[in-house]
Amino acid sequence: MSQLSTFHVGKYLFGVDVFLVQEVVRLQMITPVPLATPEIAGLINLRGEVLTAIDLRTRMGLPPAEGTREPVNVVVRVDEEPVSLLVDEIGGVLEVSQVPFEQTPSTVDEKVRDLLLGAYTLPDRLLLALNARAVLDVGLENSRAA
Amino acid sequence: MEAIDEIVAEFLVESHENLDQLDRDLLELERHPDSRELLASVFRTIHTIKGTSGFLAFHKLEKLTHVGENLLSRLRDGRIALTDSRANALLKMVDSVRSLLRAIEQTGGEGDSDPTELIEVLSSLLEDGTAAVPAQTTAKTAEARQEKAQVPAPSAQEAQVERKPAQAEGTQAQGPRTAPAPAAVAKAAAGGTQPAAGGAQAAGGAAEPQAAPATKSRSGRRRSKNAAQTGTPGKGGPAKSPLGEVLVEAGETTAEDVEIARMEQRLGDERKIGSILVEHGSATPKAVETALETQDTRRSVVDSSVRVDVELLDSLMRLVGELVLARNQLVSRLDDGKESSKDASLARSAQRLSLVTSELQEQIMKTRMQPVDAVWSKMPRVVRDLAKTCGRQVRLDMEGRETELDRSVLEAIKDPLTHLVRNAVDHGIESPEVRKAAGKSAEGLLRLRAYHEAGQVHLEIIDDGAGIDPAKIAAKAIERGLVTQNQLATMTQREIMHLIFLPGFSLAPKITNVSGRGVGMDVVKTRIEAIGGSVDVVSKVGKGSVFRLTIPLTLAIIPALTIGCAGRRYAVPQVSVLELVRLSGEHARGGIELISGAPVYRLRDMLLPLVRLDEQLGLVAMDAGDMPDERGSFIVVLHAEQQRFGLVVDDVLDTQEIVVKPLGRHLKSIPVYAGATMLGDGTVVLILDVATLARRSNVLANASGVATVENEGTGETTEPVLVVEVASGRRAAIPLEMVTRLEEIKPSSIERVGGREVVQYRGHIMPLVRLSTLLGAYGEAASEDEGVQLVVYTRGERSVGFAVDRILDIATERAGTRSDIDDHALVGSIVVGERVVELLDVESAVLSADPNFYSGVRVENTAEFEEMPV
Repeated sequence: MSQLSTFHVGKYLFGVDVFLVQEVVRLQMITPVPLATPEIAGLINLRGEVLTAIDLRTRMGLPPAEGTREPVNVVVRVDEEPVSLLVDEIGGVLEVSQVPFEQTPSTVDEKVRDLLLGAYTLPDRLLLALNARAVLDVGLENSRAA
Repeated sequence: MEAIDEIVAEFLVESHENLDQLDRDLLELERHPDSRELLASVFRTIHTIKGTSGFLAFHKLEKLTHVGENLLSRLRDGRIALTDSRANALLKMVDSVRSLLRAIEQTGGEGDSDPTELIEVLSSLLEDGTAAVPAQTTAKTAEARQEKAQVPAPSAQEAQVERKPAQAEGTQAQGPRTAPAPAAVAKAAAGGTQPAAGGAQAAGGAAEPQAAPATKSRSGRRRSKNAAQTGTPGKGGPAKSPLGEVLVEAGETTAEDVEIARMEQRLGDERKIGSILVEHGSATPKAVETALETQDTRRSVVDSSVRVDVELLDSLMRLVGELVLARNQLVSRLDDGKESSKDASLARSAQRLSLVTSELQEQIMKTRMQPVDAVWSKMPRVVRDLAKTCGRQVRLDMEGRETELDRSVLEAIKDPLTHLVRNAVDHGIESPEVRKAAGKSAEGLLRLRAYHEAGQVHLEIIDDGAGIDPAKIAAKAIERGLVTQNQLATMTQREIMHLIFLPGFSLAPKITNVSGRGVGMDVVKTRIEAIGGSVDVVSKVGKGSVFRLTIPLTLAIIPALTIGCAGRRYAVPQVSVLELVRLSGEHARGGIELISGAPVYRLRDMLLPLVRLDEQLGLVAMDAGDMPDERGSFIVVLHAEQQRFGLVVDDVLDTQEIVVKPLGRHLKSIPVYAGATMLGDGTVVLILDVATLARRSNVLANASGVATVENEGTGETTEPVLVVEVASGRRAAIPLEMVTRLEEIKPSSIERVGGREVVQYRGHIMPLVRLSTLLGAYGEAASEDEGVQLVVYTRGERSVGFAVDRILDIATERAGTRSDIDDHALVGSIVVGERVVELLDVESAVLSADPNFYSGVRVENTAEFEEMPV
């Protein structure tokens, strides 16, 4: 994993293996799904396919975004099923093989820590590498049965 | 090499089809062991497989089918009889052939499986008694002297001896088979395999006695014939009777001449076989014509059809799905467009496109339809084998074989159906002794029924076996910790029956290799529900059980109703929609009534339980009380699992064809959605699962099973009742179908007319019956300012109001709990929940208030009163 596709959520910079990213689209209407866990933002129509969109903010335990800017869909493909991650803004693709890598600090909330592989210490800021599989692993068992 | 691959592929497809036919034939044969026709058909099938497998150098297959062929030819000639062990061995051979074919399909080779043992068994069955043993020994000795293959064999036993060396030579002839042109291969192989073919002929013995002294070239052609058959799609399969065969059967020409003609076709002669034969002088033109006519009926299906890869059909279906979406988008864009921007010719084209799309969609759906027989045809074998293993006698009866389903659906129901059939044989139908003791015929009857109804396919698995005892289910469920005693007490008969679909449930006293491991029924249910179907079971102890699967015709594109709720749109499959009711003005307020907190709506004198969609989706708090005026202004009357209920929604939009898209893994676990789709404007819309909504709302739990149980005539009815409090503490139940409306009136509005209490109700004078007085219960009279609760019963123009203290609940009478206490105005008592409740005899109660009540309306209502519990 030497290249990361990066994006901004709140004040954080996250990155995910560039090979897992199918595409980035600024969309569009999201159909909310009642009864789903709060992390599930809803469903989007990506060229005729119905994709589940996960709100990365909620997923990472961050407060809801201020303002009404349209989120960006980062379509990530793990296990053959494309899923969209909603982020605030897309960053660039960064080459990280030369960047020092550190384990996620133990001070980070345990729930969030499991979703991170670790952190790249860029000169000016931290790049948090996401464990894509863990991030997508949401709402599989515990959807609210109302 | 490619040509060979193609031939192999054709061979596989064709052989699989032939094997299915073979299975059926063999089973049929067991019933009619003397049918030469069946034997000949079986023989031909095996013969074809043998021939081709030899040509393609699948030696295990060839050896196996060869012995089978020997056995069959002797059976056909009546030299030996079809015994149980022979039938078993032949069926095993079919299985073994199938597994060899599977290995060939997957790996290109025959795999490691070794049919030698089976070959020996088959050989040993060639003779009645022990004669087979020396044959075996000689065969082995003979193997040492390979060259000694001699063509004509004086006796069948010697034919058996000669067979093995012949095959050994066949192996040697393998070399030239890899040559590119199949025809050339056939020729080259012919030289090397001549003794083999001769051996086969001799072994086939009486099959074609004239062919026994086959010349070199003739046996070469024999090979070619097989090659030609496999190389021509849709023409193989001996059951399909090519023209040549028809001619031979009619005695107009010889098999050899036909093969010569075939050979020429194979070598590039494009004329029909008939013309070639006529030219050779092997048949008269008239004979060919007659044969063509004979053949016509049989061949029309074969010749006008093409084999198509299933994947191609699937991808066509996907494309049509996309096309439907695009069409919807275009149409909705045109509909929304401003008047000025409307282009008449564009609109026309769009309309045309729309029509063609619908047509195309329909046709492509049709290509994917297959008769349910495609799955059922395996059942006779399953039933036979299992019945033998379990020591049962079972007659299988299939009704509605031609009922068509989409192949994806068919694929999905295959395993569940097989499981249910196995279950019926193993658990349902008793052993002959038990059956006789119970006064039934020793042979159990297992019926499979399929039919279309209301855009769905219904499949029923009916057995006349022991039935399922709800008490046993209940005991087992508690033993396994699946339910608690308390839960059980509140469950209806139907719910208890449905416990068998829980994971880990099994009634089998001991685990057999057939069933009893507690896996299966839950899988059946899950699988069927996964494709949008439902499973129901009705059973009567000692009489048998009925498992009913209700399955959608197709999964891909369905008509759906779009509705609005809380500002969002949702889709409901049209098949579930019975009607739409608009609540407006006074109706919106007065139409919905509450019974013990559960909303109901009176629809044409029937109480319709209601479910609010916004509540179900968690968009408002449950029991939020009155909805705002703009909300809940439509009722979509739905039916699911043989139950009607109303779904309260804000808006009803339109009906359109939707393409069902599965939900991702994150949302699959939410049962209220059946999938998602895209509307014309590109919005993603969730498809609601009607059965789940019904269950969620407890509608099914409360008023379940009425139709089901009564339809089956199993006697023990469970029906919904309205439970009321008559006087302090005393309760009575009124059959819900007798309840027209619930009212609350002021005590001051009650007037007295000649000793009777009446109220003015909807422009009529309605007599009142105080149930407390009628039933002889004395409680405190309701205070003046408190309203009087009325249960109104209406027939025609007349109504009677039953005054009660309180309306408590709608409940389901538990079957078998009714006791016949014959009291004044009571039919008996029933158990509701854990309390005994008196069941009101509505008719006599009505008559006590208005003796003339039925005089005017009696005639047209007879039917309704026949159903009254008396």
